[in-house]
Amino acid sequence: MKFFKRLSYVYSVLIFLFLYAPIVVLIVYSFNSEKSRAKWGGLTLDWYRALFSNSEIMRALSTTVTIALLSSVIAVVIGTMAAVGIYNMRRRSKMAVMSLAYLPMLNADIVTGVSLLLIFSALGLRLGYFTLLLAHVTFNIPYVILSVMPKLKQLDPNLYEAAQDLGAPPATAFFRVVMPEISPGIVTGFLLAFTMSIDDFVISFFTTGSGVSTLSIMIYSMARRGIKPEINALSAIMFIVVLSLLLIINLRSANDAKRTDSRPVSVGARASGR
Amino acid sequence: MRKRRTSVLALPFTVYALIFIAAPLLLIILYSFCVSPQNGVTLTLDHYKKFFDFSNPVYLQVLWRSIYIAVISTAICLLLGYPMAYILSKLRPGLRQVLSVLFVLPMWMNFLLRTYSWMSLLEKTGLINSFLEAINLPAFNIMYTQWAVVLGNVYNFLPFMILPIYNVLIKIDQSVIEAAQDLGADSMKVFGRVILPLSLGGVASGISMTFMPAVTTFVISKLLGGGQNALIGDLIEKQFKTTGNWGFGSAMSVIIMVLILLAMNFTSSYEKDREEGGQLL
Repeated sequence: MKFFKRLSYVYSVLIFLFLYAPIVVLIVYSFNSEKSRAKWGGLTLDWYRALFSNSEIMRALSTTVTIALLSSVIAVVIGTMAAVGIYNMRRRSKMAVMSLAYLPMLNADIVTGVSLLLIFSALGLRLGYFTLLLAHVTFNIPYVILSVMPKLKQLDPNLYEAAQDLGAPPATAFFRVVMPEISPGIVTGFLLAFTMSIDDFVISFFTTGSGVSTLSIMIYSMARRGIKPEINALSAIMFIVVLSLLLIINLRSANDAKRTDSRPVSVGARASGR
Repeated sequence: MRKRRTSVLALPFTVYALIFIAAPLLLIILYSFCVSPQNGVTLTLDHYKKFFDFSNPVYLQVLWRSIYIAVISTAICLLLGYPMAYILSKLRPGLRQVLSVLFVLPMWMNFLLRTYSWMSLLEKTGLINSFLEAINLPAFNIMYTQWAVVLGNVYNFLPFMILPIYNVLIKIDQSVIEAAQDLGADSMKVFGRVILPLSLGGVASGISMTFMPAVTTFVISKLLGGGQNALIGDLIEKQFKTTGNWGFGSAMSVIIMVLILLAMNFTSSYEKDREEGGQLL
Protein backbone atom coordinates (compact mmCIF):
# COMPACT_ATOMS: atom_id res chain seq x y z
CA MET A 1 0.00 0.00 0.00
CA LYS A 2 2.80 2.34 0.93
CA PHE A 3 4.52 1.47 -2.35
CA PHE A 4 1.46 2.55 -4.31
CA LYS A 5 1.30 5.80 -2.42
CA ARG A 6 4.89 6.59 -3.23
CA LEU A 7 4.43 5.55 -6.86
CA SER A 8 1.40 7.79 -7.28
CA TYR A 9 3.32 10.66 -5.73
CA VAL A 10 6.19 10.24 -8.19
CA TYR A 11 3.74 9.89 -11.07
CA SER A 12 1.93 13.11 -10.18
CA VAL A 13 5.19 15.01 -9.97
CA LEU A 14 6.25 13.73 -13.40
CA ILE A 15 2.97 14.70 -15.07
CA PHE A 16 3.14 18.04 -13.35
CA LEU A 17 6.68 18.60 -14.67
CA PHE A 18 5.60 17.62 -18.18
CA LEU A 19 2.80 20.18 -18.11
CA TYR A 20 4.79 23.03 -16.61
CA ALA A 21 8.29 22.59 -18.07
CA PRO A 22 7.61 24.41 -21.37
CA ILE A 23 5.97 27.32 -19.55
CA VAL A 24 8.82 27.62 -17.07
CA VAL A 25 11.29 27.51 -19.98
CA LEU A 26 9.54 30.39 -21.73
CA ILE A 27 9.42 32.51 -18.61
CA VAL A 28 13.04 31.80 -17.64
CA TYR A 29 14.24 32.63 -21.16
CA SER A 30 12.44 35.95 -21.04
CA PHE A 31 15.18 37.01 -18.61
CA ASN A 32 18.06 35.62 -20.68
CA SER A 33 20.38 38.34 -21.95
CA GLU A 34 21.63 36.07 -24.74
CA LYS A 35 19.51 36.33 -27.88
CA SER A 36 19.94 32.66 -28.83
CA ARG A 37 17.96 30.09 -26.93
CA ALA A 38 20.94 27.74 -26.81
CA LYS A 39 22.98 29.90 -24.46
CA TRP A 40 22.41 31.45 -21.07
CA GLY A 41 23.94 34.88 -20.76
CA GLY A 42 22.73 36.12 -17.40
CA LEU A 43 19.68 37.97 -16.16
CA THR A 44 18.24 40.96 -17.98
CA LEU A 45 15.02 42.91 -18.33
CA ASP A 46 15.96 44.13 -21.81
CA TRP A 47 13.35 42.03 -23.58
CA TYR A 48 10.59 43.51 -21.48
CA ARG A 49 11.81 46.98 -22.39
CA ALA A 50 12.17 46.02 -26.07
CA LEU A 51 8.68 44.54 -25.97
CA PHE A 52 7.06 47.81 -25.03
CA SER A 53 8.91 49.77 -27.71
CA ASN A 54 8.12 47.21 -30.44
CA SER A 55 5.31 48.86 -32.38
CA GLU A 56 4.26 45.68 -34.22
CA ILE A 57 3.73 43.80 -30.96
CA MET A 58 2.03 46.78 -29.31
CA ARG A 59 -0.38 47.14 -32.23
CA ALA A 60 -1.26 43.44 -32.03
CA LEU A 61 -1.71 43.75 -28.28
CA SER A 62 -4.12 46.65 -28.63
CA THR A 63 -6.10 44.79 -31.32
CA THR A 64 -6.30 41.73 -29.06
CA VAL A 65 -7.47 43.69 -26.03
CA THR A 66 -9.97 45.93 -27.82
CA ILE A 67 -11.45 43.00 -29.74
CA ALA A 68 -11.73 41.02 -26.50
CA LEU A 69 -13.39 43.90 -24.63
CA LEU A 70 -15.80 44.91 -27.40
CA SER A 71 -16.78 41.37 -28.31
CA SER A 72 -17.37 40.40 -24.67
CA VAL A 73 -19.50 43.48 -24.00
CA ILE A 74 -21.61 42.88 -27.12
CA ALA A 75 -21.85 39.17 -26.30
CA VAL A 76 -22.96 39.98 -22.75
CA VAL A 77 -25.77 42.23 -23.98
CA ILE A 78 -27.03 39.89 -26.71
CA GLY A 79 -26.37 36.76 -24.65
CA THR A 80 -28.10 37.92 -21.46
CA MET A 81 -31.16 39.03 -23.40
CA ALA A 82 -31.11 35.72 -25.22
CA ALA A 83 -30.84 33.72 -21.99
CA VAL A 84 -33.85 35.51 -20.49
CA GLY A 85 -35.79 35.05 -23.72
CA ILE A 86 -34.88 31.40 -24.17
CA TYR A 87 -35.71 30.68 -20.52
CA ASN A 88 -39.25 31.90 -21.13
CA MET A 89 -39.72 30.02 -24.38
CA ARG A 90 -41.86 26.99 -24.88
CA ARG A 91 -40.06 23.67 -24.83
CA ARG A 92 -39.81 23.14 -28.57
CA SER A 93 -38.40 26.53 -29.53
CA LYS A 94 -36.15 26.46 -26.45
CA MET A 95 -34.53 23.25 -27.70
CA ALA A 96 -34.11 24.66 -31.21
CA VAL A 97 -32.47 27.93 -30.13
CA MET A 98 -30.26 26.23 -27.55
CA SER A 99 -28.87 23.76 -30.06
CA LEU A 100 -28.12 26.68 -32.36
CA ALA A 101 -26.21 28.28 -29.49
CA TYR A 102 -24.28 25.10 -28.77
CA LEU A 103 -23.14 24.62 -32.38
CA PRO A 104 -19.99 26.78 -32.31
CA MET A 105 -18.90 25.09 -29.06
CA LEU A 106 -19.28 21.59 -30.46
CA ASN A 107 -17.90 22.28 -33.90
CA ALA A 108 -14.18 22.24 -34.64
CA ASP A 109 -12.65 25.72 -34.56
CA ILE A 110 -11.26 25.32 -38.05
CA VAL A 111 -14.75 24.65 -39.43
CA THR A 112 -16.21 27.60 -37.52
CA GLY A 113 -13.42 29.82 -38.81
CA VAL A 114 -13.81 28.70 -42.42
CA SER A 115 -17.60 28.96 -42.30
CA LEU A 116 -17.40 32.54 -41.00
CA LEU A 117 -14.91 33.39 -43.74
CA LEU A 118 -17.44 32.14 -46.30
CA ILE A 119 -20.36 34.12 -44.91
CA PHE A 120 -18.30 37.32 -44.63
CA SER A 121 -17.27 37.11 -48.26
CA ALA A 122 -20.81 36.14 -49.34
CA LEU A 123 -22.09 39.27 -47.58
CA GLY A 124 -19.39 41.31 -49.29
CA LEU A 125 -17.66 42.32 -46.05
CA ARG A 126 -13.96 43.11 -46.34
CA LEU A 127 -11.90 41.01 -43.96
CA GLY A 128 -10.37 43.09 -41.19
CA TYR A 129 -11.12 44.47 -37.77
CA PHE A 130 -14.91 44.42 -38.17
CA THR A 131 -15.14 40.82 -39.37
CA LEU A 132 -12.76 39.79 -36.59
CA LEU A 133 -15.08 41.44 -34.09
CA LEU A 134 -18.16 39.73 -35.55
CA ALA A 135 -16.40 36.36 -35.38
CA HIS A 136 -15.45 36.84 -31.74
CA VAL A 137 -18.98 37.91 -30.82
CA THR A 138 -20.24 34.73 -32.51
CA PHE A 139 -18.17 32.33 -30.45
CA ASN A 140 -18.52 34.38 -27.23
CA ILE A 141 -22.32 34.56 -27.02
CA PRO A 142 -22.76 30.86 -26.16
CA TYR A 143 -20.48 31.23 -23.10
CA VAL A 144 -22.60 34.10 -21.81
CA ILE A 145 -25.85 32.19 -22.35
CA LEU A 146 -24.42 29.15 -20.58
CA SER A 147 -23.28 31.25 -17.60
CA VAL A 148 -26.55 33.17 -17.21
CA MET A 149 -28.93 30.23 -17.75
CA PRO A 150 -28.20 28.44 -14.43
CA LYS A 151 -28.78 31.68 -12.52
CA LEU A 152 -32.19 32.08 -14.18
CA LYS A 153 -33.09 28.53 -13.25
CA GLN A 154 -32.29 29.25 -9.59
CA LEU A 155 -34.44 32.36 -9.65
CA ASP A 156 -37.84 32.14 -7.99
CA PRO A 157 -40.25 32.82 -10.89
CA ASN A 158 -42.72 34.42 -8.47
CA LEU A 159 -40.34 37.27 -7.69
CA TYR A 160 -40.74 38.90 -11.09
CA GLU A 161 -44.50 38.53 -10.95
CA ALA A 162 -44.63 39.82 -7.39
CA ALA A 163 -42.75 42.95 -8.47
CA GLN A 164 -45.26 43.49 -11.25
CA ASP A 165 -48.21 42.86 -8.96
CA LEU A 166 -46.80 45.58 -6.72
CA GLY A 167 -47.04 47.94 -9.68
CA ALA A 168 -43.58 47.82 -11.25
CA PRO A 169 -43.61 48.05 -15.05
CA PRO A 170 -41.95 44.98 -16.68
CA ALA A 171 -38.69 46.81 -17.41
CA THR A 172 -38.38 48.09 -13.85
CA ALA A 173 -39.25 44.67 -12.47
CA PHE A 174 -36.55 43.17 -14.64
CA PHE A 175 -33.80 45.62 -13.77
CA ARG A 176 -34.63 45.87 -10.06
CA VAL A 177 -35.50 42.26 -9.30
CA VAL A 178 -34.13 39.87 -11.93
CA MET A 179 -30.87 41.63 -12.83
CA PRO A 180 -29.33 41.66 -9.32
CA GLU A 181 -30.04 37.95 -9.01
CA ILE A 182 -28.44 36.94 -12.30
CA SER A 183 -25.57 39.44 -12.29
CA PRO A 184 -22.97 36.94 -10.96
CA GLY A 185 -23.71 34.79 -14.00
CA ILE A 186 -23.36 37.81 -16.28
CA VAL A 187 -19.97 38.74 -14.82
CA THR A 188 -18.72 35.15 -15.08
CA GLY A 189 -19.94 35.06 -18.68
CA PHE A 190 -18.11 38.28 -19.44
CA LEU A 191 -14.82 37.07 -17.95
CA LEU A 192 -15.13 33.74 -19.73
CA ALA A 193 -15.85 35.41 -23.07
CA PHE A 194 -12.93 37.78 -22.54
CA THR A 195 -10.53 34.92 -21.82
CA MET A 196 -11.76 32.89 -24.79
CA SER A 197 -11.33 35.88 -27.06
CA ILE A 198 -7.77 36.58 -25.85
CA ASP A 199 -6.85 32.93 -26.28
CA ASP A 200 -8.34 32.35 -29.72
CA PHE A 201 -6.14 31.75 -32.69
CA VAL A 202 -7.81 29.50 -35.27
CA ILE A 203 -11.03 31.44 -35.79
CA SER A 204 -9.21 34.81 -35.83
CA PHE A 205 -6.73 33.43 -38.34
CA PHE A 206 -9.47 32.80 -40.91
CA THR A 207 -11.57 35.89 -40.28
CA THR A 208 -9.03 38.68 -40.23
CA GLY A 209 -7.31 40.44 -43.09
CA SER A 210 -5.56 43.54 -44.39
CA GLY A 211 -2.80 43.65 -41.81
CA VAL A 212 -4.99 43.33 -38.71
CA SER A 213 -3.30 40.82 -36.36
CA THR A 214 -4.02 39.66 -32.87
CA LEU A 215 -1.17 38.51 -30.65
CA SER A 216 -1.90 34.86 -31.45
CA ILE A 217 -1.73 35.52 -35.17
CA MET A 218 1.51 37.40 -34.76
CA ILE A 219 3.06 34.63 -32.65
CA TYR A 220 2.04 32.11 -35.28
CA SER A 221 3.72 33.96 -38.11
CA MET A 222 6.81 34.58 -35.97
CA ALA A 223 7.09 30.99 -34.78
CA ARG A 224 7.67 29.95 -38.36
CA ARG A 225 10.23 32.55 -39.32
CA GLY A 226 12.03 32.61 -35.96
CA ILE A 227 10.76 34.06 -32.74
CA LYS A 228 12.05 37.26 -31.27
CA PRO A 229 13.05 37.08 -27.59
CA GLU A 230 10.48 39.79 -26.88
CA ILE A 231 7.85 37.12 -27.39
CA ASN A 232 9.21 35.24 -24.37
CA ALA A 233 8.66 38.34 -22.29
CA LEU A 234 5.20 38.73 -23.75
CA SER A 235 4.35 35.13 -22.94
CA ALA A 236 5.38 35.61 -19.32
CA ILE A 237 3.09 38.63 -19.08
CA MET A 238 0.20 36.85 -20.83
CA PHE A 239 0.55 33.89 -18.49
CA ILE A 240 0.26 36.14 -15.45
CA VAL A 241 -2.78 37.96 -16.92
CA VAL A 242 -4.67 34.78 -17.82
CA LEU A 243 -3.73 33.26 -14.49
CA SER A 244 -5.21 36.19 -12.59
CA LEU A 245 -8.37 36.20 -14.71
CA LEU A 246 -8.87 32.52 -14.05
CA LEU A 247 -8.27 32.90 -10.34
CA ILE A 248 -10.96 35.59 -10.29
CA ILE A 249 -13.44 33.41 -12.23
CA ASN A 250 -12.64 30.47 -9.99
CA LEU A 251 -13.00 32.33 -6.73
CA ARG A 252 -16.28 33.78 -7.96
CA SER A 253 -17.77 30.45 -8.87
CA ALA A 254 -16.46 28.91 -5.65
CA ASN A 255 -18.16 31.68 -3.67
CA ASP A 256 -21.33 31.25 -5.68
CA ALA A 257 -21.27 27.54 -5.06
CA LYS A 258 -20.92 28.13 -1.35
CA ARG A 259 -23.73 30.67 -1.26
CA THR A 260 -26.28 28.92 -3.38
CA ASP A 261 -24.96 25.38 -3.19
CA SER A 262 -25.05 25.07 -6.95
CA ARG A 263 -22.51 23.71 -9.37
CA PRO A 264 -20.31 26.26 -11.10
CA VAL A 265 -20.82 26.86 -14.78
CA SER A 266 -19.34 24.37 -17.16
CA VAL A 267 -16.60 25.87 -19.25
CA GLY A 268 -14.81 23.00 -20.86
CA ALA A 269 -16.75 22.36 -24.00
CA ARG A 270 -14.49 24.41 -26.18
CA ALA A 271 -11.73 21.95 -26.70
CA SER A 272 -11.91 22.35 -30.39
CA GLY A 273 -8.99 22.88 -32.68
CA ARG A 274 -6.68 24.51 -30.23
CA MET B 1 -49.04 35.80 -22.30
CA ARG B 2 -46.44 37.61 -20.28
CA LYS B 3 -44.03 34.75 -20.83
CA ARG B 4 -44.32 34.86 -24.56
CA ARG B 5 -43.57 38.58 -24.60
CA THR B 6 -40.31 38.05 -22.71
CA SER B 7 -39.15 35.44 -25.18
CA VAL B 8 -38.89 38.23 -27.77
CA LEU B 9 -35.64 39.15 -25.97
CA ALA B 10 -34.04 36.15 -27.66
CA LEU B 11 -34.81 37.62 -31.07
CA PRO B 12 -31.54 39.53 -31.62
CA PHE B 13 -29.58 36.42 -30.77
CA THR B 14 -31.75 34.20 -32.95
CA VAL B 15 -31.28 36.51 -35.92
CA TYR B 16 -27.54 36.79 -35.25
CA ALA B 17 -27.21 33.02 -34.88
CA LEU B 18 -29.12 32.35 -38.09
CA ILE B 19 -26.80 34.66 -40.02
CA PHE B 20 -23.48 33.78 -38.37
CA ILE B 21 -23.96 30.22 -37.11
CA ALA B 22 -26.56 28.44 -39.25
CA ALA B 23 -26.07 30.14 -42.63
CA PRO B 24 -22.26 29.72 -42.66
CA LEU B 25 -22.56 25.98 -42.09
CA LEU B 26 -25.12 25.66 -44.87
CA LEU B 27 -22.79 27.70 -47.06
CA ILE B 28 -19.93 25.24 -46.45
CA ILE B 29 -22.15 22.38 -47.53
CA LEU B 30 -23.32 24.26 -50.62
CA TYR B 31 -19.81 25.35 -51.59
CA SER B 32 -18.49 21.83 -51.28
CA PHE B 33 -20.70 20.98 -54.29
CA CYS B 34 -19.70 24.02 -56.34
CA VAL B 35 -17.05 23.99 -59.08
CA SER B 36 -15.67 27.36 -58.07
CA PRO B 37 -17.87 29.04 -55.47
CA GLN B 38 -16.25 32.47 -55.92
CA ASN B 39 -17.54 32.59 -59.53
CA GLY B 40 -21.15 31.53 -59.09
CA VAL B 41 -23.00 28.31 -58.39
CA THR B 42 -22.28 25.44 -60.77
CA LEU B 43 -22.95 22.17 -59.01
CA THR B 44 -20.48 19.29 -59.13
CA LEU B 45 -19.27 16.27 -57.20
CA ASP B 46 -15.68 16.75 -58.34
CA HIS B 47 -14.27 17.85 -54.98
CA TYR B 48 -15.47 14.72 -53.26
CA LYS B 49 -14.31 12.58 -56.18
CA LYS B 50 -10.89 14.19 -55.97
CA PHE B 51 -10.68 13.49 -52.25
CA PHE B 52 -11.87 9.88 -52.44
CA ASP B 53 -9.83 9.03 -55.54
CA PHE B 54 -8.56 5.54 -54.83
CA SER B 55 -6.26 5.51 -57.86
CA ASN B 56 -4.43 8.53 -56.53
CA PRO B 57 -5.02 8.48 -52.77
CA VAL B 58 -2.90 11.49 -51.72
CA TYR B 59 -5.76 13.09 -49.81
CA LEU B 60 -6.98 9.83 -48.34
CA GLN B 61 -3.46 9.27 -47.05
CA VAL B 62 -3.55 12.63 -45.30
CA LEU B 63 -6.95 11.81 -43.81
CA TRP B 64 -5.61 8.46 -42.68
CA ARG B 65 -2.53 10.07 -41.14
CA SER B 66 -4.70 12.61 -39.31
CA ILE B 67 -6.90 9.88 -37.85
CA TYR B 68 -3.88 7.71 -37.02
CA ILE B 69 -2.04 10.51 -35.20
CA ALA B 70 -5.20 11.60 -33.40
CA VAL B 71 -5.98 8.05 -32.27
CA ILE B 72 -2.43 7.51 -30.97
CA SER B 73 -2.46 10.88 -29.21
CA THR B 74 -5.85 10.16 -27.65
CA ALA B 75 -4.72 6.71 -26.51
CA ILE B 76 -1.58 8.12 -24.87
CA CYS B 77 -3.68 10.84 -23.21
CA LEU B 78 -5.98 8.15 -21.83
CA LEU B 79 -3.10 5.98 -20.57
CA LEU B 80 -1.43 8.95 -18.88
CA GLY B 81 -4.62 10.73 -17.86
CA TYR B 82 -6.66 7.98 -16.25
CA PRO B 83 -4.12 7.14 -13.52
CA MET B 84 -3.63 10.86 -12.87
CA ALA B 85 -7.36 11.46 -12.54
CA TYR B 86 -7.62 8.44 -10.26
CA ILE B 87 -4.78 9.62 -8.01
CA LEU B 88 -6.31 13.10 -7.82
CA SER B 89 -9.74 11.73 -6.94
CA LYS B 90 -8.29 9.82 -3.96
CA LEU B 91 -6.89 12.93 -2.29
CA ARG B 92 -8.48 15.03 0.46
CA PRO B 93 -11.18 17.31 -1.03
CA GLY B 94 -9.33 20.54 -0.25
CA LEU B 95 -6.03 19.36 -1.68
CA ARG B 96 -7.55 17.82 -4.79
CA GLN B 97 -9.45 21.03 -5.50
CA VAL B 98 -6.21 22.99 -5.55
CA LEU B 99 -4.32 20.35 -7.53
CA SER B 100 -7.02 19.96 -10.16
CA VAL B 101 -6.89 23.71 -10.80
CA LEU B 102 -3.10 23.47 -11.11
CA PHE B 103 -3.48 20.76 -13.72
CA VAL B 104 -5.75 22.90 -15.82
CA LEU B 105 -3.78 26.12 -15.59
CA PRO B 106 -1.14 25.40 -18.28
CA MET B 107 -3.96 24.83 -20.71
CA TRP B 108 -4.98 28.45 -20.41
CA MET B 109 -1.65 29.77 -21.48
CA ASN B 110 -1.79 30.80 -25.11
CA PHE B 111 -1.63 27.54 -26.95
CA LEU B 112 0.69 28.81 -29.66
CA LEU B 113 3.21 29.85 -27.05
CA ARG B 114 3.13 26.45 -25.40
CA THR B 115 3.66 24.74 -28.73
CA TYR B 116 6.42 27.17 -29.62
CA SER B 117 8.09 26.38 -26.34
CA TRP B 118 8.22 22.72 -27.33
CA MET B 119 9.98 23.79 -30.50
CA SER B 120 12.78 25.25 -28.42
CA LEU B 121 12.87 22.21 -26.16
CA LEU B 122 12.99 19.68 -29.01
CA GLU B 123 15.37 21.44 -31.40
CA LYS B 124 18.67 19.80 -32.33
CA THR B 125 20.45 22.30 -30.09
CA GLY B 126 17.51 22.64 -27.73
CA LEU B 127 17.37 22.14 -24.00
CA ILE B 128 16.57 18.43 -24.02
CA ASN B 129 19.47 17.63 -26.31
CA SER B 130 21.90 19.87 -24.46
CA PHE B 131 20.93 18.04 -21.30
CA LEU B 132 21.30 14.62 -22.91
CA GLU B 133 24.67 15.62 -24.31
CA ALA B 134 25.83 16.84 -20.91
CA ILE B 135 25.17 13.42 -19.38
CA ASN B 136 26.59 11.61 -22.43
CA LEU B 137 23.38 10.19 -23.80
CA PRO B 138 22.52 9.99 -27.50
CA ALA B 139 20.56 12.91 -28.93
CA PHE B 140 16.80 12.73 -29.12
CA ASN B 141 15.69 14.00 -32.52
CA ILE B 142 11.95 13.81 -33.00
CA MET B 143 11.47 17.39 -34.20
CA TYR B 144 9.69 17.51 -37.59
CA THR B 145 8.48 13.91 -37.34
CA GLN B 146 5.01 12.70 -36.60
CA TRP B 147 6.10 11.86 -33.05
CA ALA B 148 6.66 15.53 -32.42
CA VAL B 149 3.07 16.11 -33.54
CA VAL B 150 1.88 13.35 -31.19
CA LEU B 151 3.85 14.92 -28.35
CA GLY B 152 2.37 18.33 -29.10
CA ASN B 153 -1.13 16.85 -29.11
CA VAL B 154 -0.62 14.95 -25.86
CA TYR B 155 0.84 18.00 -24.20
CA ASN B 156 -1.93 20.33 -25.33
CA PHE B 157 -4.90 18.03 -24.78
CA LEU B 158 -3.94 15.91 -21.74
CA PRO B 159 -5.92 18.17 -19.35
CA PHE B 160 -9.02 17.59 -21.50
CA MET B 161 -8.66 13.89 -20.68
CA ILE B 162 -7.81 14.22 -16.98
CA LEU B 163 -10.59 16.60 -16.02
CA PRO B 164 -13.72 14.79 -17.28
CA ILE B 165 -12.50 11.49 -15.81
CA TYR B 166 -11.65 13.18 -12.51
CA ASN B 167 -15.09 14.81 -12.40
CA VAL B 168 -16.80 11.45 -12.78
CA LEU B 169 -14.51 9.67 -10.31
CA ILE B 170 -15.14 12.12 -7.46
CA LYS B 171 -18.87 11.67 -7.88
CA ILE B 172 -18.83 7.90 -7.43
CA ASP B 173 -20.79 7.07 -4.31
CA GLN B 174 -18.32 5.79 -1.69
CA SER B 175 -20.90 3.42 -0.26
CA VAL B 176 -20.97 1.49 -3.55
CA ILE B 177 -17.24 0.84 -3.18
CA GLU B 178 -17.65 -0.11 0.49
CA ALA B 179 -20.46 -2.46 -0.45
CA ALA B 180 -18.21 -4.22 -2.95
CA GLN B 181 -15.49 -4.55 -0.30
CA ASP B 182 -17.98 -5.88 2.26
CA LEU B 183 -18.99 -8.48 -0.29
CA GLY B 184 -15.39 -9.66 -0.41
CA ALA B 185 -13.98 -7.96 -3.51
CA ASP B 186 -10.25 -7.21 -3.39
CA SER B 187 -8.97 -3.83 -4.61
CA MET B 188 -8.39 -5.09 -8.17
CA LYS B 189 -11.90 -6.37 -8.36
CA VAL B 190 -13.37 -3.19 -6.87
CA PHE B 191 -11.57 -1.20 -9.54
CA GLY B 192 -12.36 -3.48 -12.47
CA ARG B 193 -15.97 -4.26 -11.61
CA VAL B 194 -17.14 -1.06 -9.89
CA ILE B 195 -14.97 2.01 -10.39
CA LEU B 196 -13.96 1.49 -14.03
CA PRO B 197 -17.48 0.83 -15.37
CA LEU B 198 -18.82 3.81 -13.43
CA SER B 199 -16.15 6.10 -14.87
CA LEU B 200 -16.70 5.20 -18.54
CA GLY B 201 -18.84 8.30 -19.06
CA GLY B 202 -15.89 10.49 -18.15
CA VAL B 203 -13.59 8.43 -20.35
CA ALA B 204 -15.96 8.93 -23.28
CA SER B 205 -16.07 12.73 -22.76
CA GLY B 206 -12.31 12.75 -22.42
CA ILE B 207 -11.87 10.83 -25.64
CA SER B 208 -14.14 13.12 -27.64
CA MET B 209 -12.59 16.25 -26.12
CA THR B 210 -9.10 15.04 -27.04
CA PHE B 211 -9.77 13.38 -30.37
CA MET B 212 -11.60 16.29 -31.96
CA PRO B 213 -8.95 18.98 -31.53
CA ALA B 214 -6.21 16.46 -32.33
CA VAL B 215 -7.78 15.40 -35.62
CA THR B 216 -8.49 18.97 -36.78
CA THR B 217 -5.32 20.75 -35.72
CA PHE B 218 -3.12 22.47 -38.26
CA VAL B 219 -0.98 24.54 -35.91
CA ILE B 220 0.72 21.70 -34.07
CA SER B 221 1.45 19.81 -37.28
CA LYS B 222 2.82 22.92 -38.94
CA LEU B 223 5.05 24.02 -36.07
CA LEU B 224 6.27 20.65 -34.79
CA GLY B 225 5.71 18.37 -37.78
CA GLY B 226 7.37 20.48 -40.45
CA GLY B 227 6.20 20.20 -44.05
CA GLN B 228 6.12 16.44 -44.55
CA ASN B 229 3.54 15.62 -41.91
CA ALA B 230 0.60 17.65 -43.14
CA LEU B 231 -2.76 16.78 -41.61
CA ILE B 232 -6.26 17.34 -42.96
CA GLY B 233 -6.35 20.64 -41.04
CA ASP B 234 -3.27 21.80 -42.97
CA LEU B 235 -4.95 20.92 -46.27
CA ILE B 236 -8.07 22.90 -45.37
CA GLU B 237 -5.99 25.86 -44.22
CA LYS B 238 -4.05 25.78 -47.49
CA GLN B 239 -7.18 25.82 -49.66
CA PHE B 240 -8.48 28.95 -47.95
CA LYS B 241 -5.24 30.78 -47.23
CA THR B 242 -3.05 30.11 -50.27
CA THR B 243 -4.50 28.15 -53.19
CA GLY B 244 -7.95 29.71 -53.03
CA ASN B 245 -9.77 26.49 -53.94
CA TRP B 246 -12.73 27.14 -51.67
CA GLY B 247 -14.85 24.35 -53.11
CA PHE B 248 -12.29 21.69 -52.25
CA GLY B 249 -11.62 23.28 -48.85
CA SER B 250 -15.35 23.24 -48.09
CA ALA B 251 -15.62 19.60 -49.14
CA MET B 252 -12.82 18.69 -46.72
CA SER B 253 -14.50 20.73 -43.96
CA VAL B 254 -17.70 18.75 -44.55
CA ILE B 255 -15.69 15.51 -44.38
CA ILE B 256 -14.14 16.59 -41.09
CA MET B 257 -17.58 17.51 -39.69
CA VAL B 258 -18.93 14.10 -40.63
CA LEU B 259 -15.90 12.46 -39.02
CA ILE B 260 -16.45 14.39 -35.79
CA LEU B 261 -20.17 13.59 -35.80
CA LEU B 262 -19.35 9.90 -36.18
CA ALA B 263 -16.80 10.04 -33.36
CA MET B 264 -19.25 11.91 -31.13
CA ASN B 265 -22.00 9.46 -31.90
CA PHE B 266 -19.66 6.66 -30.92
CA THR B 267 -18.72 8.21 -27.57
CA SER B 268 -22.01 9.89 -26.68
CA SER B 269 -23.70 6.60 -25.93
CA TYR B 270 -21.47 6.51 -22.84
CA GLU B 271 -21.85 10.13 -21.98
CA LYS B 272 -24.89 10.56 -19.84
CA ASP B 273 -24.10 14.05 -18.78
CA ARG B 274 -21.79 15.87 -21.11
CA GLU B 275 -22.15 19.17 -19.34
CA GLU B 276 -20.87 17.95 -16.02
CA GLY B 277 -18.24 15.77 -17.61
CA GLY B 278 -16.91 18.77 -19.47
CA GLN B 279 -16.47 20.94 -16.46
CA LEU B 280 -13.01 22.33 -16.19
CA LEU B 281 -12.50 24.69 -13.34
